[in-house]
Amino acid sequence: MSWAELRPSPHLKRELIAVVIALLVSLAFGSVLMLVAGKAPGHVWSQMVLRTFGDEYLLGQVLYKATGLALTGLAVALALDVGLFNIGVEGQLVAGVLASGVVGAALPATTPAVIAIPVCLLAAAGAGALVGLVIGGVRIYRDAHEVITSIMLNASITGLALYIGNVALFRGGSTRGPDIAPGAQLPQLGFGGSSVNAVLVLAVLVVAGMWWLRSRTTWGRAWLAVGADPAAARCAGISIGRVQLLAMAGSGALAGLAATNFVLGHKHAFEEGLGRGTGLLGISAALLGRTHPIGVALATLVLGFLSVGGLAVADEVPKELTEMLQGVVVLAAAGAGPWLARREALQARAA
Amino acid sequence: MTAVIDTVLDKAYGACVVLRGATLAVRPGTVHALVGENGAGKSTLVKILAGVVRADRGTLSAFGHTVPLASWDRARARAAGIGIVQQHGASAPALSVVENAALGVEGGPVLDLAPVAEQLAATGAKVGLPIDPYARVSTLSLGAAQRAELVAALRLGARLLILDEPTAVLAPVEVEGLLARLRALAADGTSVVIVTHKLDEVRAVADDVTVLRAGVTVATFSTADGPLDTSAIARAMVGSDLPPTMTVSPPAEGAPVALGLRGVSLGGLRDATLDVRAGELVGVAGVDGNGQRELALAVAGLERVARGTVMLGGRDVTRASPARRFAAGLAHVPEDRQHGGLLLEASIADNLALGRADVTGRFRVDRRRVLAHARTQIEVLDIRPPDPAAIARSLSGGNQQKVVIGRELSRPGLVAVVACQPTRGVDLGAVVRIHERLRAAAFAGAGVLVISADLDELLALCHRIVVVLRGAIVGEHVAGAGARAALGALMTGAA
Repeated sequence: MSWAELRPSPHLKRELIAVVIALLVSLAFGSVLMLVAGKAPGHVWSQMVLRTFGDEYLLGQVLYKATGLALTGLAVALALDVGLFNIGVEGQLVAGVLASGVVGAALPATTPAVIAIPVCLLAAAGAGALVGLVIGGVRIYRDAHEVITSIMLNASITGLALYIGNVALFRGGSTRGPDIAPGAQLPQLGFGGSSVNAVLVLAVLVVAGMWWLRSRTTWGRAWLAVGADPAAARCAGISIGRVQLLAMAGSGALAGLAATNFVLGHKHAFEEGLGRGTGLLGISAALLGRTHPIGVALATLVLGFLSVGGLAVADEVPKELTEMLQGVVVLAAAGAGPWLARREALQARAA
Repeated sequence: MTAVIDTVLDKAYGACVVLRGATLAVRPGTVHALVGENGAGKSTLVKILAGVVRADRGTLSAFGHTVPLASWDRARARAAGIGIVQQHGASAPALSVVENAALGVEGGPVLDLAPVAEQLAATGAKVGLPIDPYARVSTLSLGAAQRAELVAALRLGARLLILDEPTAVLAPVEVEGLLARLRALAADGTSVVIVTHKLDEVRAVADDVTVLRAGVTVATFSTADGPLDTSAIARAMVGSDLPPTMTVSPPAEGAPVALGLRGVSLGGLRDATLDVRAGELVGVAGVDGNGQRELALAVAGLERVARGTVMLGGRDVTRASPARRFAAGLAHVPEDRQHGGLLLEASIADNLALGRADVTGRFRVDRRRVLAHARTQIEVLDIRPPDPAAIARSLSGGNQQKVVIGRELSRPGLVAVVACQPTRGVDLGAVVRIHERLRAAAFAGAGVLVISADLDELLALCHRIVVVLRGAIVGEHVAGAGARAALGALMTGAA
């Protein structure tokens, strides 16, 4: 957590070191796996980089992956900042997919973009926020742990979305709902026909906005204070419950917003399984990015590169290898942070 | 006669040099007071002796044997007969007193707590510090938890007993009992090193005195050379004479009530009724754990009272949130600066602005004002280091406390102040600054309620002192002649 803002926090260095260690560990781990698979690591890594960055389409796919991940990553990061672990981003994302798909399809085909797009964005964010509020509410008022409730809600919402799809939306034996109004369909950004779309711009704005809120406003101070030390925050007159509830609503809204990358920007309809995994991988992005919005944005690029790069070298090594690395890098980052902190604490045991 | 301890030590934490050639020589069978300002290196020095912290360089001879500092750890120090009671406690809160006492001490695959508990109870009874061996530490007050550690250290029969500010959380009568016990231990041949800032304690108990300033031993005193000159010790600690203190006259009859409690009950606190008038300094005395905590929580609104009314400047704030009370002119100095007072990972400037919308602005944080506010408070309270970006955790206890005081007492439009243990574990220089700020708040017209386990502090600071015992306000006395004896009797229930 980088809290002090009058100059870069002493923890900033530690966090950066932790991330570098994590990247090196996954590089080493991946290399070992490649050796086991009988491939030369140097060759595979360089091919992964060269092919991904040398191909416009693959580069676009990296950005497409990163767009959704940035929003779910920020969602997890916001909750972590107030001391809550929102593992329910996956469910909030599905709620966003369903809401924007249904609302987008319900709009008359002639709805202009200036109305259709905000309405669909609001529907996605609102649905996610609602789920976040439920999780936050039962945590704060009923003391039910958010990890448990959100895991269960993930399953419930996914099941509910599938049920609604089967009963009312899916056509002709497919698992795809009706198309959303043309005005709500966001343009692709080119990149060799890849899926990257205008939601990327939205994600960049949201990253910047979250950075500003977190480091430049009293809201951000309240989040970080509540997450760092609830007792001190309470003594300073900050209402822990209100801050956590609002943060969970915001977290859910961001997760819901991630749905628009898939519904408005790519598939233009509600589809079963759309965006699946982006919520869970968002947890990785938040942890690897150390909950800092800029860090989360960079982490999503790394994770996006690993998943697209894995496909790019699928002829050399199985793509499961890079999927494993996505896990390893997060494990290493999660382990390295506390390890470094403990080392520092031992060195600086109070005078 | 061989010295029990004879040492020269260097220690730095990163770029911060804590000890530079600090020396300490302890004669056998003596009580040795180690005194100095906060940040002088006292705690670090005793922690090195006890093997809790490792020195960078130096020599250490314990009981006549030179010990290798590089491998000197807690287990070796304990085996050599060095016991320590640390300042902020070293107990695991989730464990019971007896479990803590056995932790890392009792060997063998099977842990039998019963004999340990018996020994603890027996030791406690012997030294006049009764404890419940099976009480969970988290349920104890700071004072009771420290008493338990003290008894645990005594149980091990240390030949050298180190106490790092042991009296900060004890009532006067308990302090007397403890000091008497330390004298008795010394007479039996145990050597005692006591870290303290309180000169009356030094005078009451010490054979020898070592004064540390900025990591250097600047003076030593010994009763072998005649009676101790406490003013010379004070000068050596501070490096100069203390500034004169201002006095605030008590408010006139009929001054408005700034802070009023009417029959307030909360947890262990029962039916408390108390008025603090504008411009008045009222002390709350009592042995730790008699309802003081609840009293402060009720005033600050951090816990909802079960019964009764809390009035602030004539307004009923019983149902108001802490934020609303702060907005209505309340300041609250929490009991524990490290658990509630400060965000330890945040900077001085951010801590000084925490929850202060008048400093930060309502939504967008005005960083220039936050910085200016920090510079002002750093100047007024002499916070060291004078760097707004310094992280709170890296400050000494006294400077951490100054940050809390600075944030709370600089609130605009102060009506009432409730300060809990405002100078606990704080050095003389900081005590002077903090008292100055509390007096200034009263002078400016706020009603100031000071809750302290240190009766001397209350007598020096307050116009009037009430006593809490077992959750009830049992009496009060105007500060002045005869107050100490009367209040002491009230505190122990003897009156």
